[in-house]
Amino acid sequence: MDNLLSIITFIPAIAAAILALFLRGNDPAAQKNAKWLAMIATGATFVVSLFLIAQFEPSNTDFQFVEERSWMMGLSYKMGVDGISILFVMLTTFLMPLVIWSAWNVNVRVKEYMIAFLLLETLMLGVFCALDLVLFYLFFEAGLIPMFLIIGIWGGANRIYAAFKFFLYTFLGSVLMLVAMIAMYVDAGTTDIALLLKHEFSSGGMSLFGMQIVGGLQTLLFLAFFASFAVKMPMWPVHTWLPDAHVQAPTAGSVVLAAVLLKMGGYGFLRFSLPMFPVGSDVMAPLVLWMSAIAIVYTSLVAMAQEDMKKLIAYSSVAHMGYVTMGIFAANQQGIDGAIFQMISHGFVSGALFLIVGVIYDRMHTREIDAYGGLVNRMPAYALIFMFFTMANVGLPGTSGFVGEFLTLMGIFQVNTWVAVVATTGLILSACYALWLYRRVMLGDLIKESLKTITDMSRRERAIFAPLVVMTLLLGVYPALVTDLIGPSVEALVGNYETALAEHAPDAAVTAAETGDH
Amino acid sequence: MISSDLAIILPEIFLSLFAMASLVFAVYTKKDELAPTMVWATSAVMLAVAFWVLLSGGESHVAFGGLFIDDSFARFAKVLILVSAACVLLMSQDFMAKRGLLKFEYPVLVVLAVVGMMMMVSAGDLMSLYMGLELQSLALYVVAALRRDGVKSTEAGLKYFVLGALSSGLLLYGASLTYGYAGTTLFSGIITAAGEGVMPTGLLFGLVFIISGLAFKISAVPFHMWTPDVYEGAPTPITAFFATAPKVAAMALFARVMHDAFGNATHDWGQVLALLALLSMFLGSIAALGQRDIKRLMAYSSIAHMGYALVGLASGTEQGVQSMLVYMSIYVTMNIGTFAFIMSMERDGRHITAIDGLKQFASKEPLKALALLLLMFSLAGVPPLLGFFGKFTVLRAAVDANMTWLAVAGAVASVIGAFYYLRIVYYMYFGDETEQAVDGKMQPVAFGFLMASAAIMLLGVINLFGVDGYAATAAAALVN
Repeated sequence: MDNLLSIITFIPAIAAAILALFLRGNDPAAQKNAKWLAMIATGATFVVSLFLIAQFEPSNTDFQFVEERSWMMGLSYKMGVDGISILFVMLTTFLMPLVIWSAWNVNVRVKEYMIAFLLLETLMLGVFCALDLVLFYLFFEAGLIPMFLIIGIWGGANRIYAAFKFFLYTFLGSVLMLVAMIAMYVDAGTTDIALLLKHEFSSGGMSLFGMQIVGGLQTLLFLAFFASFAVKMPMWPVHTWLPDAHVQAPTAGSVVLAAVLLKMGGYGFLRFSLPMFPVGSDVMAPLVLWMSAIAIVYTSLVAMAQEDMKKLIAYSSVAHMGYVTMGIFAANQQGIDGAIFQMISHGFVSGALFLIVGVIYDRMHTREIDAYGGLVNRMPAYALIFMFFTMANVGLPGTSGFVGEFLTLMGIFQVNTWVAVVATTGLILSACYALWLYRRVMLGDLIKESLKTITDMSRRERAIFAPLVVMTLLLGVYPALVTDLIGPSVEALVGNYETALAEHAPDAAVTAAETGDH
Repeated sequence: MISSDLAIILPEIFLSLFAMASLVFAVYTKKDELAPTMVWATSAVMLAVAFWVLLSGGESHVAFGGLFIDDSFARFAKVLILVSAACVLLMSQDFMAKRGLLKFEYPVLVVLAVVGMMMMVSAGDLMSLYMGLELQSLALYVVAALRRDGVKSTEAGLKYFVLGALSSGLLLYGASLTYGYAGTTLFSGIITAAGEGVMPTGLLFGLVFIISGLAFKISAVPFHMWTPDVYEGAPTPITAFFATAPKVAAMALFARVMHDAFGNATHDWGQVLALLALLSMFLGSIAALGQRDIKRLMAYSSIAHMGYALVGLASGTEQGVQSMLVYMSIYVTMNIGTFAFIMSMERDGRHITAIDGLKQFASKEPLKALALLLLMFSLAGVPPLLGFFGKFTVLRAAVDANMTWLAVAGAVASVIGAFYYLRIVYYMYFGDETEQAVDGKMQPVAFGFLMASAAIMLLGVINLFGVDGYAATAAAALVN
């Protein structure tokens, strides 16, 4: 099959179109049909994507499953995956059926809800598969529309503020990236990502408004892409949209946001920033590394002060994404391996944590930490699963969380010891806020009157967590499952990065000498 | 010679004759009772002429010693003008009839305005330019004030007339200066007089005045003041008409004058246009933020959109002209759909234009709300809708012409603009219940236009319906 990627990407969209065009009515039967169709479509996508990973050759660092057709205005529709992107595709197809399943109890505008998630899946998969700049941008940006609606229509009390903030923040970041993409097109004469990876953008110093810019065009392009990916990631200090969006989004929306949408930023850094603008990345790396370190410590501290469970987990997500950016810009094998691993692991763990909050939110309709306490007495199964994912979030060895954090820290230690020292304190802080949350919600006596009748997880809820527990453990004890797949591609990426820097180094030395003279 | 000249302007002659004949016919028969039929007939004739122009071959012809140019560029603009005018006319019929505004003069005036526009885009001389422009403007002044007894409508007509006359004055003054220094009114003569390199100062002044006059017509900042008031005051179908065909004509004329008459001075007018574009994009986006009336909002939106189209033009390249044409085609399609909806916004038979009226519209009319949602995201320039490709192509032209700063500014302005388009979506989907909600009923014709326009926005992502190819040919004919 030479159009496997298109099939995977567009199955959900086709299901969404069928729902939109043919499903009428809003009675329980129609709602059930909508849910089942969404479930079948996402399930089918996952099954088809298994063929993808089965046929994928890790040792081949080129793009695989490539398909190319001409599109309008000199652009092309080009799809393909390599070691860096394939796991994100798998993560998305794996999680979406669980997300749909977790939304089984929604009964407001069910059809539209399912359509929004199906479209979102298509757009997310498109981002990871696209091999044309404009096609990438199209998927990247279009994802904002369903997410805007998911937060705005099915969200909590303050949803409008959150939806607008989410949209405008990310939109502002992305349009700058669009201009940079156009500049790349003009410079390289192509929008084909595979060719752009081989194109060398000028890195000679230039001056802009009287300011001397080291790394020239590459630095400028890097900054424009950085504006988009840093917001998406999100990195401190542009992370403030995330807690709002998470708190207001419905459970399923939060899961998708944390598990997949945040990964687009990291993926973008790996696909564009690092390989295409090596000199720009090198110039900006210290800044990014320190921003990551600050993010880890600062947002961990902020997480500790939260009253709202979702907000706490959202801040913990920002902290964990700090490890990812740190690993990426350490720019060595361990760092990048760790960053990708951390992203995949975070997809399972934070997705599960938002589902965990969703379980008690569905029962009590509050996310206030103070409203709970002593749940372990009535919900033993829930307590176990919560404990497991709390530990995974903290990074207990044996869970996937440990591997990612360990690898990124190992990567950064070779590059910048001080950043590593600061970032490592984040591990302790994460244990503080996560365990403290667990103690306040789960342990102690069950004294609150309202909680006396709370029921443990239903069979459906347990079944949703089962695959997530399995994956978290599996990756924790056998990380080679991931690193073998991504290893060769990451090695090639790091190799090219270092070659490019080495080539640039002589004139960098000259520039340094010149500035030294003044 | 004269017969071959006449053959070239046959479509214009045909439309003029049609306008006069229907005028005479209506006067001597039952007058306004025939108006609905005339609206249909006029639309059909305009569509037929559009088809005729579309199929009339690919070569360039010049008639009347250079006064009139018929090339791919003119044909592209003419087809766009004719089709959009026919669409607006069709969907306006019900609205006008309900409010007693469906006079037989209405379709006749629209046809005359269209003939004027066709003259404008084919003008090869300052005289024919002015003739076309005035024929268009005079017809438009009258339709703006069509609701004779309404204060707002008459105010709109008067305002439009006074400011339009001022802009014509500026244009004429510029034309006279140009004539004085170039010694000819023919574009082909002016371009030789302007020469390569430095232009005579007098000619430069003429150029600036001509630009000011044309900027009035496309409502580019700082010549935009009339737009919100006229859009708000004129009956909604007339507003829809103002927002589409005349903008295409004025934009095409702009491109024609700049490239045919001042094609060697790209650098001189490029910076002026870039400034106009910058101001339009920002003012259009920022001023729209506070609007509560959807017609005023669309007025500012159109100012911003003209800014983007000007970005394409300002780059002064063939690619720039192509991007401008693509942008205008997309813009016109979006506006037709949006105005088809705005025309149908009513409550208990009363037309309302407050945005508040759209609250909770999605729960009553999911399909229409979805269509409007697509149009709004498209206007905001969010992919995968066509509006994005419009923005993409003009920004690309700007970067290509070394105007990256303008592209960055356009990108930032589009974020500001996104806010007010999103607000409409927000009212429809997340708003609270309101007393003043619109009924949501739509006439089949308007409904059809809304749906078709939304569908085009979505399906255009596949291949843009080949418009970029036509636009490339048209641009190549203009810039060579």
